[in-house]
Amino acid sequence: MTNAPDQWPLWEVFVRTKRGLNHQHTGSLYAADAKMALENARDLYTRRQEGVSIWTVPATEITASSPEDEGPFFEPAEDKVYRHPTFYPVPDGVENL
Amino acid sequence: MSNTPERSESAAETHSADLEQGFLAKIESETKVEPKDWMPDAYRKTLIRQIAQHAHSEVVGMQPEGNWITRAPTLHRKIGLLAKVQDECGHGLYLYSAAETLGTSREELVTALHEGRMKYSSIFNYPTLTWADIGAIGWLVDGAAIVNQISLCRTSYGPYARAMVRICKEESFHQRQGYGIMVTLAEGTADQRAMAQDALSRWWWPSLMMFGPHDSDSAHTQSSITWKIKRQSNDELRQRFVDITVPQADHLGLKLPDPDLRWNADRNHYDFGEIDWDEFWRVVKGGGPCHLQRMAKRKAAHENGRWVREAAAVYAHKQRTDQQVA
Repeated sequence: MTNAPDQWPLWEVFVRTKRGLNHQHTGSLYAADAKMALENARDLYTRRQEGVSIWTVPATEITASSPEDEGPFFEPAEDKVYRHPTFYPVPDGVENL
Repeated sequence: MSNTPERSESAAETHSADLEQGFLAKIESETKVEPKDWMPDAYRKTLIRQIAQHAHSEVVGMQPEGNWITRAPTLHRKIGLLAKVQDECGHGLYLYSAAETLGTSREELVTALHEGRMKYSSIFNYPTLTWADIGAIGWLVDGAAIVNQISLCRTSYGPYARAMVRICKEESFHQRQGYGIMVTLAEGTADQRAMAQDALSRWWWPSLMMFGPHDSDSAHTQSSITWKIKRQSNDELRQRFVDITVPQADHLGLKLPDPDLRWNADRNHYDFGEIDWDEFWRVVKGGGPCHLQRMAKRKAAHENGRWVREAAAVYAHKQRTDQQVA
Protein backbone atom coordinates (compact mmCIF):
# COMPACT_ATOMS: atom_id res chain seq x y z
CA MET A 1 0.00 0.00 0.00
CA THR A 2 1.73 3.16 -1.11
CA ASN A 3 1.17 6.55 0.41
CA ALA A 4 2.19 9.91 -0.99
CA PRO A 5 5.85 10.55 -0.02
CA ASP A 6 4.86 12.84 2.85
CA GLN A 7 2.22 10.54 4.38
CA TRP A 8 2.89 8.66 7.57
CA PRO A 9 1.13 5.56 8.86
CA LEU A 10 -1.55 5.68 11.57
CA TRP A 11 -0.82 4.47 15.11
CA GLU A 12 -3.19 3.77 17.98
CA VAL A 13 -2.12 4.88 21.45
CA PHE A 14 -2.73 3.08 24.74
CA VAL A 15 -1.84 4.70 28.07
CA ARG A 16 -1.51 3.29 31.58
CA THR A 17 -2.60 6.17 33.81
CA LYS A 18 -1.01 4.72 36.91
CA ARG A 19 0.74 1.60 38.09
CA GLY A 20 -1.70 -1.16 38.82
CA LEU A 21 -4.12 -0.16 36.04
CA ASN A 22 -4.43 -1.49 32.46
CA HIS A 23 -3.39 0.40 29.40
CA GLN A 24 -6.48 2.03 27.88
CA HIS A 25 -6.98 3.19 24.33
CA THR A 26 -6.57 6.96 24.38
CA GLY A 27 -6.40 8.08 20.76
CA SER A 28 -4.46 7.93 17.54
CA LEU A 29 -1.74 9.83 15.69
CA TYR A 30 0.40 9.71 12.57
CA ALA A 31 4.14 9.09 12.86
CA ALA A 32 6.91 8.02 10.50
CA ASP A 33 8.25 5.27 12.79
CA ALA A 34 7.90 3.66 16.21
CA LYS A 35 10.24 6.06 18.01
CA MET A 36 8.38 9.10 16.69
CA ALA A 37 5.05 7.46 17.52
CA LEU A 38 6.07 7.02 21.15
CA GLU A 39 7.46 10.54 21.49
CA ASN A 40 4.46 12.12 19.80
CA ALA A 41 2.10 10.04 21.96
CA ARG A 42 3.87 11.37 25.05
CA ASP A 43 3.56 14.96 23.79
CA LEU A 44 -0.06 14.61 22.72
CA TYR A 45 -1.63 12.39 25.35
CA THR A 46 0.36 12.90 28.55
CA ARG A 47 0.86 16.67 28.74
CA ARG A 48 -0.83 16.72 32.11
CA GLN A 49 0.79 13.63 33.55
CA GLU A 50 -2.04 11.44 32.36
CA GLY A 51 0.19 8.40 32.02
CA VAL A 52 3.14 6.41 33.32
CA SER A 53 3.38 4.04 30.38
CA ILE A 54 2.50 4.24 26.68
CA TRP A 55 2.01 1.59 24.01
CA THR A 56 1.78 2.55 20.36
CA VAL A 57 0.56 0.05 17.78
CA PRO A 58 0.36 0.48 14.00
CA ALA A 59 -3.38 0.67 13.28
CA THR A 60 -2.99 -2.00 10.58
CA GLU A 61 -1.92 -4.50 13.27
CA ILE A 62 -5.23 -4.27 15.10
CA THR A 63 -7.90 -6.86 14.40
CA ALA A 64 -11.38 -5.76 15.40
CA SER A 65 -14.70 -7.52 15.76
CA SER A 66 -17.36 -6.17 13.47
CA PRO A 67 -20.54 -4.41 14.64
CA GLU A 68 -22.68 -6.37 12.15
CA ASP A 69 -21.54 -9.57 13.73
CA GLU A 70 -21.97 -8.20 17.22
CA GLY A 71 -25.01 -10.34 18.01
CA PRO A 72 -23.88 -13.74 16.76
CA PHE A 73 -20.23 -13.22 17.78
CA PHE A 74 -21.11 -12.58 21.42
CA GLU A 75 -24.26 -14.66 21.53
CA PRO A 76 -22.84 -17.72 23.30
CA ALA A 77 -22.42 -15.68 26.49
CA GLU A 78 -26.04 -14.48 26.54
CA ASP A 79 -27.63 -17.60 28.00
CA LYS A 80 -24.84 -18.71 30.31
CA VAL A 81 -26.11 -17.11 33.50
CA TYR A 82 -24.38 -19.88 35.43
CA ARG A 83 -21.13 -17.99 34.85
CA HIS A 84 -22.34 -15.34 37.27
CA PRO A 85 -22.07 -15.84 41.05
CA THR A 86 -25.63 -14.53 41.52
CA PHE A 87 -26.96 -17.68 39.81
CA TYR A 88 -25.90 -19.75 42.80
CA PRO A 89 -28.02 -19.50 45.98
CA VAL A 90 -26.19 -19.23 49.24
CA PRO A 91 -27.97 -20.80 52.24
CA ASP A 92 -28.96 -18.42 55.00
CA GLY A 93 -26.40 -18.05 57.71
CA VAL A 94 -23.49 -19.17 55.52
CA GLU A 95 -20.83 -16.50 55.28
CA ASN A 96 -17.71 -15.83 53.24
CA LEU A 97 -19.11 -17.49 50.08
CA MET B 1 -33.96 -15.06 -2.99
CA SER B 2 -35.68 -12.72 -5.47
CA ASN B 3 -34.74 -13.14 -9.09
CA THR B 4 -36.58 -10.35 -10.86
CA PRO B 5 -35.21 -6.79 -10.95
CA GLU B 6 -38.36 -5.25 -9.38
CA ARG B 7 -38.40 -7.72 -6.54
CA SER B 8 -34.70 -7.33 -5.71
CA GLU B 9 -35.14 -3.55 -5.84
CA SER B 10 -37.97 -3.57 -3.34
CA ALA B 11 -36.12 -6.06 -1.15
CA ALA B 12 -33.20 -3.64 -1.16
CA GLU B 13 -35.54 -0.76 -0.30
CA THR B 14 -37.04 -2.69 2.59
CA HIS B 15 -33.59 -3.59 3.85
CA SER B 16 -32.56 0.04 3.60
CA ALA B 17 -35.69 1.17 5.43
CA ASP B 18 -34.97 -1.43 8.14
CA LEU B 19 -31.45 -0.09 8.51
CA GLU B 20 -32.77 3.46 8.84
CA GLN B 21 -35.32 2.37 11.43
CA GLY B 22 -32.68 0.47 13.35
CA PHE B 23 -30.40 3.49 13.26
CA LEU B 24 -33.09 5.87 14.50
CA ALA B 25 -34.00 3.46 17.29
CA LYS B 26 -30.36 3.35 18.33
CA ILE B 27 -30.24 7.17 18.41
CA GLU B 28 -33.51 7.36 20.37
CA SER B 29 -32.16 5.03 23.02
CA GLU B 30 -29.06 7.20 23.48
CA THR B 31 -26.85 4.38 22.20
CA LYS B 32 -23.64 5.76 20.73
CA VAL B 33 -22.87 5.25 17.07
CA GLU B 34 -19.35 3.85 16.57
CA PRO B 35 -17.14 3.92 13.45
CA LYS B 36 -18.03 0.63 11.80
CA ASP B 37 -21.78 0.86 12.46
CA TRP B 38 -24.16 1.29 9.53
CA MET B 39 -25.24 4.93 9.27
CA PRO B 40 -27.20 7.00 6.75
CA ASP B 41 -24.96 8.65 4.16
CA ALA B 42 -26.25 12.06 5.17
CA TYR B 43 -25.34 11.42 8.84
CA ARG B 44 -21.82 10.41 7.83
CA LYS B 45 -21.38 13.39 5.49
CA THR B 46 -22.69 15.98 7.90
CA LEU B 47 -20.48 14.65 10.67
CA ILE B 48 -17.36 14.63 8.50
CA ARG B 49 -18.07 18.25 7.66
CA GLN B 50 -18.85 19.34 11.22
CA ILE B 51 -15.98 17.51 12.92
CA ALA B 52 -13.41 18.47 10.28
CA GLN B 53 -14.46 22.13 10.37
CA HIS B 54 -14.13 21.99 14.14
CA ALA B 55 -10.61 20.56 13.67
CA HIS B 56 -9.68 23.21 11.09
CA SER B 57 -10.87 25.88 13.55
CA GLU B 58 -8.53 24.61 16.27
CA VAL B 59 -5.53 24.69 13.96
CA VAL B 60 -6.28 28.06 12.35
CA GLY B 61 -7.07 29.38 15.84
CA MET B 62 -3.41 28.92 16.74
CA GLN B 63 -2.59 31.90 14.53
CA PRO B 64 -4.29 34.86 16.28
CA GLU B 65 -2.96 33.70 19.64
CA GLY B 66 0.44 32.60 18.36
CA ASN B 67 0.76 36.20 17.23
CA TRP B 68 1.44 37.32 20.83
CA ILE B 69 3.77 34.59 22.09
CA THR B 70 6.92 36.61 21.40
CA ARG B 71 5.38 39.72 22.98
CA ALA B 72 3.76 38.29 26.11
CA PRO B 73 4.45 40.75 28.94
CA THR B 74 5.99 38.22 31.36
CA LEU B 75 7.63 34.82 31.21
CA HIS B 76 4.72 33.40 33.20
CA ARG B 77 2.26 34.70 30.58
CA LYS B 78 4.47 33.43 27.77
CA ILE B 79 4.62 29.85 28.99
CA GLY B 80 0.87 29.90 29.70
CA LEU B 81 0.12 31.08 26.18
CA LEU B 82 2.53 28.56 24.66
CA ALA B 83 0.78 25.78 26.56
CA LYS B 84 -2.62 26.99 25.41
CA VAL B 85 -1.62 27.17 21.73
CA GLN B 86 -0.03 23.73 22.02
CA ASP B 87 -3.31 22.41 23.42
CA GLU B 88 -5.24 23.85 20.45
CA CYS B 89 -2.97 21.92 18.11
CA GLY B 90 -3.70 18.76 20.08
CA HIS B 91 -7.42 19.48 19.92
CA GLY B 92 -7.14 19.71 16.15
CA LEU B 93 -5.54 16.28 16.16
CA TYR B 94 -8.26 14.65 18.32
CA LEU B 95 -10.90 16.06 15.98
CA TYR B 96 -9.13 15.09 12.75
CA SER B 97 -8.79 11.58 14.21
CA ALA B 98 -12.52 11.47 14.94
CA ALA B 99 -13.40 12.70 11.43
CA GLU B 100 -11.05 10.15 9.84
CA THR B 101 -12.94 7.26 11.50
CA LEU B 102 -15.85 8.14 9.19
CA GLY B 103 -13.93 7.19 6.08
CA THR B 104 -11.96 10.23 5.00
CA SER B 105 -8.24 10.98 5.11
CA ARG B 106 -6.23 13.83 6.58
CA GLU B 107 -5.06 14.65 3.07
CA GLU B 108 -8.66 15.04 1.84
CA LEU B 109 -9.63 17.23 4.77
CA VAL B 110 -6.59 19.50 4.52
CA THR B 111 -7.03 19.84 0.77
CA ALA B 112 -10.70 20.73 1.23
CA LEU B 113 -9.73 23.49 3.65
CA HIS B 114 -6.98 24.83 1.42
CA GLU B 115 -9.25 24.84 -1.61
CA GLY B 116 -11.99 26.69 0.27
CA ARG B 117 -14.46 23.78 0.20
CA MET B 118 -14.46 23.54 3.97
CA LYS B 119 -14.61 26.36 6.47
CA TYR B 120 -13.30 27.10 9.93
CA SER B 121 -14.91 29.16 12.64
CA SER B 122 -15.13 32.81 11.54
CA ILE B 123 -14.11 34.02 14.99
CA PHE B 124 -10.50 33.39 14.03
CA ASN B 125 -10.74 35.89 11.18
CA TYR B 126 -10.51 38.79 13.61
CA PRO B 127 -7.10 40.29 14.44
CA THR B 128 -5.42 40.28 17.85
CA LEU B 129 -4.50 43.94 18.09
CA THR B 130 -3.27 44.13 21.70
CA TRP B 131 -2.16 41.86 24.55
CA ALA B 132 -5.63 42.37 26.07
CA ASP B 133 -7.06 40.54 23.05
CA ILE B 134 -5.35 37.40 24.33
CA GLY B 135 -7.24 37.82 27.60
CA ALA B 136 -10.53 38.48 25.80
CA ILE B 137 -10.08 35.45 23.54
CA GLY B 138 -9.31 33.07 26.39
CA TRP B 139 -12.25 34.36 28.40
CA LEU B 140 -14.89 34.85 25.68
CA VAL B 141 -13.93 32.72 22.68
CA ASP B 142 -12.83 29.71 24.71
CA GLY B 143 -15.77 30.42 27.01
CA ALA B 144 -18.21 30.20 24.11
CA ALA B 145 -16.43 27.09 22.82
CA ILE B 146 -16.76 25.48 26.24
CA VAL B 147 -20.54 26.06 26.31
CA ASN B 148 -20.82 24.46 22.87
CA GLN B 149 -18.42 21.62 23.64
CA ILE B 150 -20.02 20.65 26.94
CA SER B 151 -23.28 20.20 25.04
CA LEU B 152 -21.47 18.16 22.37
CA CYS B 153 -20.10 15.74 24.99
CA ARG B 154 -23.48 14.05 24.57
CA THR B 155 -23.39 13.95 20.76
CA SER B 156 -24.47 10.64 19.24
CA TYR B 157 -21.23 9.79 17.42
CA GLY B 158 -18.87 8.04 19.88
CA PRO B 159 -15.48 9.28 18.66
CA TYR B 160 -16.73 12.90 18.49
CA ALA B 161 -18.22 12.71 22.00
CA ARG B 162 -15.00 11.29 23.41
CA ALA B 163 -12.92 13.99 21.71
CA MET B 164 -15.24 16.58 23.29
CA VAL B 165 -14.76 15.13 26.77
CA ARG B 166 -11.01 15.27 26.40
CA ILE B 167 -11.10 18.79 24.97
CA CYS B 168 -13.40 20.09 27.73
CA LYS B 169 -10.94 18.93 30.39
CA GLU B 170 -8.16 20.93 28.77
CA GLU B 171 -10.24 23.94 27.77
CA SER B 172 -11.08 25.14 31.26
CA PHE B 173 -7.46 26.20 31.89
CA HIS B 174 -7.72 28.26 28.70
CA GLN B 175 -10.66 30.21 29.98
CA ARG B 176 -9.09 30.83 33.40
CA GLN B 177 -5.85 31.93 31.76
CA GLY B 178 -7.78 34.46 29.64
CA TYR B 179 -9.90 35.74 32.50
CA GLY B 180 -6.77 36.02 34.67
CA ILE B 181 -5.26 38.35 32.08
CA MET B 182 -8.42 40.46 32.06
CA VAL B 183 -8.35 40.70 35.87
CA THR B 184 -4.72 41.86 35.90
CA LEU B 185 -5.45 44.52 33.27
CA ALA B 186 -8.76 45.65 34.78
CA GLU B 187 -7.07 46.10 38.17
CA GLY B 188 -4.04 47.82 36.65
CA THR B 189 -3.27 51.30 35.36
CA ALA B 190 -5.81 53.45 33.53
CA ASP B 191 -4.15 52.51 30.24
CA GLN B 192 -4.37 48.80 31.05
CA ARG B 193 -8.02 49.13 31.98
CA ALA B 194 -8.75 51.00 28.77
CA MET B 195 -6.95 48.30 26.77
CA ALA B 196 -9.00 45.57 28.45
CA GLN B 197 -12.24 47.47 27.81
CA ASP B 198 -11.32 47.99 24.16
CA ALA B 199 -10.59 44.29 23.65
CA LEU B 200 -13.87 43.30 25.31
CA SER B 201 -15.78 45.76 23.11
CA ARG B 202 -14.27 44.23 19.97
CA TRP B 203 -14.61 40.54 20.90
CA TRP B 204 -18.07 40.48 22.49
CA TRP B 205 -20.32 40.38 19.43
CA PRO B 206 -18.06 38.03 17.40
CA SER B 207 -18.16 35.65 20.39
CA LEU B 208 -21.96 35.66 20.33
CA MET B 209 -21.81 35.00 16.59
CA MET B 210 -19.86 31.80 17.28
CA PHE B 211 -23.16 30.13 18.17
CA GLY B 212 -24.40 30.52 14.59
CA PRO B 213 -27.61 31.86 13.12
CA HIS B 214 -30.95 31.94 14.93
CA ASP B 215 -32.46 28.47 14.98
CA SER B 216 -35.17 29.66 12.60
CA ASP B 217 -32.48 30.57 10.02
CA SER B 218 -30.43 27.44 10.45
CA ALA B 219 -30.96 24.97 7.61
CA HIS B 220 -29.19 21.98 9.14
CA THR B 221 -30.56 22.14 12.64
CA GLN B 222 -33.52 19.78 12.29
CA SER B 223 -31.66 16.70 11.05
CA SER B 224 -28.81 17.39 13.47
CA ILE B 225 -31.30 17.41 16.33
CA THR B 226 -33.15 14.28 15.13
CA TRP B 227 -29.86 12.42 14.89
CA LYS B 228 -28.71 13.84 18.22
CA ILE B 229 -25.58 15.28 16.69
CA LYS B 230 -26.66 18.59 18.14
CA ARG B 231 -28.18 18.36 21.61
CA GLN B 232 -29.21 21.99 22.13
CA SER B 233 -30.13 24.76 19.73
CA ASN B 234 -27.94 27.70 18.73
CA ASP B 235 -30.10 30.18 20.61
CA GLU B 236 -30.21 28.06 23.77
CA LEU B 237 -26.42 27.81 23.85
CA ARG B 238 -25.97 31.51 23.09
CA GLN B 239 -28.37 32.42 25.93
CA ARG B 240 -26.42 30.18 28.31
CA PHE B 241 -23.16 31.87 27.36
CA VAL B 242 -24.60 35.35 27.93
CA ASP B 243 -26.07 34.35 31.32
CA ILE B 244 -22.73 32.94 32.47
CA THR B 245 -20.54 35.73 31.14
CA VAL B 246 -22.34 38.94 32.13
CA PRO B 247 -21.60 38.49 35.87
CA GLN B 248 -17.95 37.79 34.97
CA ALA B 249 -17.80 41.11 33.11
CA ASP B 250 -19.47 42.84 36.07
CA HIS B 251 -16.78 41.47 38.35
CA LEU B 252 -14.13 43.06 36.10
CA GLY B 253 -15.98 46.37 36.21
CA LEU B 254 -15.99 46.43 32.40
CA LYS B 255 -18.94 47.31 30.16
CA LEU B 256 -20.42 45.05 27.53
CA PRO B 257 -21.09 46.87 24.24
CA ASP B 258 -24.85 46.20 24.25
CA PRO B 259 -27.32 48.90 25.33
CA ASP B 260 -30.14 46.31 25.27
CA LEU B 261 -28.50 44.01 27.77
CA ARG B 262 -30.52 43.66 30.96
CA TRP B 263 -31.63 41.02 33.45
CA ASN B 264 -35.17 39.82 32.80
CA ALA B 265 -36.64 38.50 36.07
CA ASP B 266 -39.67 37.00 34.32
CA ARG B 267 -37.57 34.88 31.97
CA ASN B 268 -34.81 34.38 34.54
CA HIS B 269 -32.29 35.15 31.79
CA TYR B 270 -30.49 38.19 30.40
CA ASP B 271 -32.18 39.94 27.51
CA PHE B 272 -29.64 41.06 24.93
CA GLY B 273 -29.55 42.95 21.66
CA GLU B 274 -29.80 41.65 18.13
CA ILE B 275 -26.63 40.50 16.38
CA ASP B 276 -25.67 42.39 13.22
CA TRP B 277 -26.63 39.59 10.83
CA ASP B 278 -25.25 41.40 7.78
CA GLU B 279 -21.85 41.40 9.43
CA PHE B 280 -22.34 37.77 10.48
CA TRP B 281 -23.02 36.53 6.92
CA ARG B 282 -20.36 38.78 5.43
CA VAL B 283 -17.73 37.23 7.67
CA VAL B 284 -19.03 33.65 7.27
CA LYS B 285 -18.74 34.05 3.51
CA GLY B 286 -15.06 34.93 3.77
CA GLY B 287 -15.15 38.67 4.43
CA GLY B 288 -13.48 38.55 7.84
CA PRO B 289 -10.47 40.92 8.12
CA CYS B 290 -7.85 38.18 8.46
CA HIS B 291 -9.34 35.40 6.34
CA LEU B 292 -6.89 35.68 3.45
CA GLN B 293 -3.94 35.97 5.81
CA ARG B 294 -5.05 32.95 7.87
CA MET B 295 -5.43 30.79 4.79
CA ALA B 296 -2.13 31.92 3.28
CA LYS B 297 -0.29 31.14 6.51
CA ARG B 298 -1.98 27.74 6.83
CA LYS B 299 -1.11 26.71 3.28
CA ALA B 300 2.47 27.96 3.63
CA ALA B 301 2.92 26.04 6.90
CA HIS B 302 1.69 22.85 5.25
CA GLU B 303 3.83 23.28 2.13
CA ASN B 304 6.92 24.39 4.02
CA GLY B 305 6.68 21.35 6.26
CA ARG B 306 6.45 18.91 3.37
CA TRP B 307 10.20 18.27 3.19
CA VAL B 308 10.20 17.31 6.90
CA ARG B 309 7.37 14.82 6.42
CA GLU B 310 9.04 13.33 3.35
CA ALA B 311 12.46 13.13 5.00
CA ALA B 312 11.02 11.40 8.06
CA ALA B 313 9.20 8.87 5.88
CA VAL B 314 12.32 8.15 3.80
CA TYR B 315 14.45 7.81 6.94
CA ALA B 316 11.97 5.40 8.51
CA HIS B 317 11.92 3.31 5.35
CA LYS B 318 15.72 3.25 5.21
CA GLN B 319 15.94 2.13 8.86
CA ARG B 320 13.51 -0.72 8.23
CA THR B 321 15.38 -1.84 5.10
CA ASP B 322 18.77 -1.65 6.84
CA GLN B 323 17.40 -3.78 9.68
CA GLN B 324 16.11 -6.37 7.26
CA VAL B 325 19.44 -6.59 5.50
CA ALA B 326 21.44 -6.78 8.78
